[in-house]
Amino acid sequence: MDTAVATQAKIKVKDLNFYYGKFHALKNINLEIPEKQVTAFIGPSGCGKSTLLRTFNRMFELYPEQRAEGSIELDGENLLTSKQDVALIRAKVGMVFQKPTPFPMSIYDNIAFGVKLFENLNASDMDERVEWALRKAALWTEVKDKLNQSGSGLSGGQQQRLCIARGIAIKPEVLLLDEPCSALDPISTAKVEELIIELKQDYTVVIVTHNMQQAARCSDNTAYMYLGDLVEFGQTEQIFFKPKRQETEDYITGRFG
Amino acid sequence: MKDTRLAKFESRRRVNQFALIMSMAAMVFGLVWLVWILFETLHLGISGLTWVALTQSTPAPNDEGGLANAILGSVLMVGLATFVGTPIGIMAGIYLAEYSPKSMLASITRFVNDILLSAPSIVIGLFVYTLVVARFKSFSAWAGVVALALIVIPVVIRTTENMLQLVPAGLREAAYALGAPKWKVIISITLRAARAGVVTGVLLAVARISGETAPLLFTALSNQFWTTNMSDPMASLPVTIFKFAMSPYQNWQELAWAGVFLITVAVLGLNILARYLTRQKD
Repeated sequence: MDTAVATQAKIKVKDLNFYYGKFHALKNINLEIPEKQVTAFIGPSGCGKSTLLRTFNRMFELYPEQRAEGSIELDGENLLTSKQDVALIRAKVGMVFQKPTPFPMSIYDNIAFGVKLFENLNASDMDERVEWALRKAALWTEVKDKLNQSGSGLSGGQQQRLCIARGIAIKPEVLLLDEPCSALDPISTAKVEELIIELKQDYTVVIVTHNMQQAARCSDNTAYMYLGDLVEFGQTEQIFFKPKRQETEDYITGRFG
Repeated sequence: MKDTRLAKFESRRRVNQFALIMSMAAMVFGLVWLVWILFETLHLGISGLTWVALTQSTPAPNDEGGLANAILGSVLMVGLATFVGTPIGIMAGIYLAEYSPKSMLASITRFVNDILLSAPSIVIGLFVYTLVVARFKSFSAWAGVVALALIVIPVVIRTTENMLQLVPAGLREAAYALGAPKWKVIISITLRAARAGVVTGVLLAVARISGETAPLLFTALSNQFWTTNMSDPMASLPVTIFKFAMSPYQNWQELAWAGVFLITVAVLGLNILARYLTRQKD
């Protein structure tokens, strides 16, 4: 397996195995996610790409029958055995989900909610932070006059960008995106993709996607997974144009999956 | 081919018409009684509802008087029972839905709660009688509050749990993903998303206990006089209605109807408020 990566690794996954009860969902995964780049996970439904993503912020711990073995190092520290409070890990590793999930509160409070958990900002600093996050998520001009309105009143695409803004407002180091565009129309998708490319200047981005064109358009590295195995991992160009494994080529060219 | 299709369509149409007529008939049958009850209450109650009925205490037979002490008693006991029962119910509901929904303790709690929910209120009245009234050797408004609270709690537990379960898992995950601790997720996100439903549950519980007679007969009993002392027996609308409606005195019977009218209007109001709140959610 080729981990053709020039820059420094932000996350190192070593011998990761994952179980849903007795079901063995991830098998001996080894990979290194480079810092300040976009890494995409592709593969057919049920191959384990979302499962892998959800180990990076220990989201699976909400469900007692799920467990992970092996190690996931963030800047050298193993997340799985870390004595650090899981809340602090999640402050460093943010996540955006498939379906937009605005909280039942105003647009402003949707952003401020996460910030207040870790920082004590005065009112003007908080205003500044909210504006900054909304500008980053390319949503500011659309909502700046209705910050006090409920977040659920926005359109699907706007809600998803609100969720991205909420994720970056707490200034994480890594941003995990779990099929962030699957519920969006093409225009909103284009906006989110532009945003992803811009985000990699400051963040390490990991994206799970069903859409191969999306992976080709906005990622630097791509991992192809199948039935819980990491089949191939490398630079996106190489995976799409010169895949080393036959299975990868079959999937990418649409002969399978 | 075409004929069988037409024949099938015809028979479907007939079945549809039959089902429609039957359900209309069932609806009309149900509504007739409801409207009748409402009409009788309004008709007989509104004439007894005078200024005197609202401001004076319950009279002796064939004397002038009103329901003021019974209204006050109902408000005090229902209010306090709700005040005590609601937080207990909500917290237990949160435990069942958020903390360990599948544990042994949760299953037992749920089972016991279901029994309590369907227990006849007279059983609860007798229980509180032996527990409080017999021990302190006196009927008291406090005992009434305990009995009513015991009716409020299971209703609130059940609705809180159900409403919290309706909150999508994605919303919880999103809050945890920001690094929020569990208590914060529950208070700021889940409970907030479910608040209309939870408030509705509380209102329905209030509506239920404001008409309960049996648990108060054994606990608060009644009182002919105006009192705010919770350690004394206290009048309430349902018990006063029970006593006055069974009496042979005309003025008592009229006051009983006025009381029925008051309770009906209050319960109707609470139900409308509850419906309005749930609609706001959508």
